[in-house]
Amino acid sequence: MIKTENLTKFYGNIRAVYRLNMEVPEGDILGFLGPNGAGKTTTMRMVTGYTTPSFGKTEIAGINVQKEPLKAKKLVGYLPEIPPLYPELKVSSYLEFVAEVKGIKGKERKKKVEEAISSTGLEKVAGRLIRNISKGYRQRVGIAQAIIGDPKVLILDEPTIGLDPKEIVEIRQLIKSLAGKRTVILSTHILQEVTSICGSIAIINEGSLIEFGEIREIEKKYGSASLEEIYISAISKEVKNEEHMGNN
Amino acid sequence: MRNTWAITKKELKVYFSTPTAYVVISLFLLITGFMFYVMVSNYSILSLRSGGNPYFSMKLNLNQYIYSPFFANAAIILLLLLPILTMRLFAEERRQNTDELLFTLPTTNTQIILGKYISSVLILTLMIVATAPFVFYPFFLTKPEIVPVLTGYLGLFLLGIAFLSFGIFSSSLTENQIVAAVFSFGILLLLWLIYWLTYVTSFLKGFLKYISFFNHFDNLSKGLLDTSDIVFYLSFAFVGLFLTYAVLEVRRWWR
Repeated sequence: MIKTENLTKFYGNIRAVYRLNMEVPEGDILGFLGPNGAGKTTTMRMVTGYTTPSFGKTEIAGINVQKEPLKAKKLVGYLPEIPPLYPELKVSSYLEFVAEVKGIKGKERKKKVEEAISSTGLEKVAGRLIRNISKGYRQRVGIAQAIIGDPKVLILDEPTIGLDPKEIVEIRQLIKSLAGKRTVILSTHILQEVTSICGSIAIINEGSLIEFGEIREIEKKYGSASLEEIYISAISKEVKNEEHMGNN
Repeated sequence: MRNTWAITKKELKVYFSTPTAYVVISLFLLITGFMFYVMVSNYSILSLRSGGNPYFSMKLNLNQYIYSPFFANAAIILLLLLPILTMRLFAEERRQNTDELLFTLPTTNTQIILGKYISSVLILTLMIVATAPFVFYPFFLTKPEIVPVLTGYLGLFLLGIAFLSFGIFSSSLTENQIVAAVFSFGILLLLWLIYWLTYVTSFLKGFLKYISFFNHFDNLSKGLLDTSDIVFYLSFAFVGLFLTYAVLEVRRWWR
């Protein structure tokens, strides 16, 4: 469903992401792990079409994101690290705006907005200005925005960051309930989250993919270690420095 | 088209849920209304005094004494206020990280730019039209020529859309609203005054006169409708929007 091929991003001389090859099958929830600055956000931005890769490509359901951005963007719901909210708008009119740009028409739009509001538990604040609601609610508005229009693919960049424990559990349950039909990439630092929601994981460090596959198999490979131990030993591996970029 | 309109609606909602639009519109009306009042009062004093002088009273002309200078002054007020209207359009999206939503929704950069531009053009139209009650008031008392007033309005509108387009471009360059406003104000002011150079040098005289906002507006405020002036403003607006498009396309590689 989601495929990256030699995905690479340079910012000047800085290598943010280097030759990333992943394939996430339909219906899978992929936990995307790695230390801060490893290139997770950059990767997600390239998958959603926000950033153009230096080279390599990303595909969503077989559609090349760089070549046919409009078609690909229709399939994706994206929650960036900082929820992209307009503080001057009411929650409901914000969601209305997103739904309209996603091409949902007329009566259907109202219905979809209501659905998104109720599945993220926003009924209480729907009529309030976004600037006046709590951080937890803002995060939910961000998720509601991503799931409006039932996109086949969800890209969630640290959806539970900065929330209180109760909110974390609620959001986690929400993500779990969204799974099934949808393919999800979930970046996070909370490893329990990964074990409780995700089917497979990708660990990246310094822009390169270090481990990728189903959780069970990776656990086997590391001799049934806990995810925490796997993570630590994965990111302390020396990143292979292949300096023959021209060979591609 | 639907996406463009959705973005226009969103921008209008934001304009009117913050004080920006209200402040800009009401200040524009306050200042232009004040100027108009002073000009009309001055004119009536002049005509009273010239009552005993038939030669002078023949020369007194409402269009020339009120409308032409009024539109020229209103244009300066637009120059001051319109950068305030456009400064947040792209800069604020970047600062609030909402551009990450905007550029990952299924919409094109052209639709985004047009949507934002149209919202600011609508506010400009509202500002200009709202001056009509006092601008047309003298028509109830006497008989000024209507054509110069209409071309004056057309001039204000064309000038305004050129200013707005440059303001949007300026806003796409930075994430700081103040910088965006000051930059567009400064460059527009320079373009307004660039014809001054023709006083001291004949180098590129025709070109300097052509790119100066002032010269094109001068004709329109006097009632002279020349297609070259209209073409100038429209092409200036187009170039501004095109540059914005170029900035957004290039930025996709750098963010």
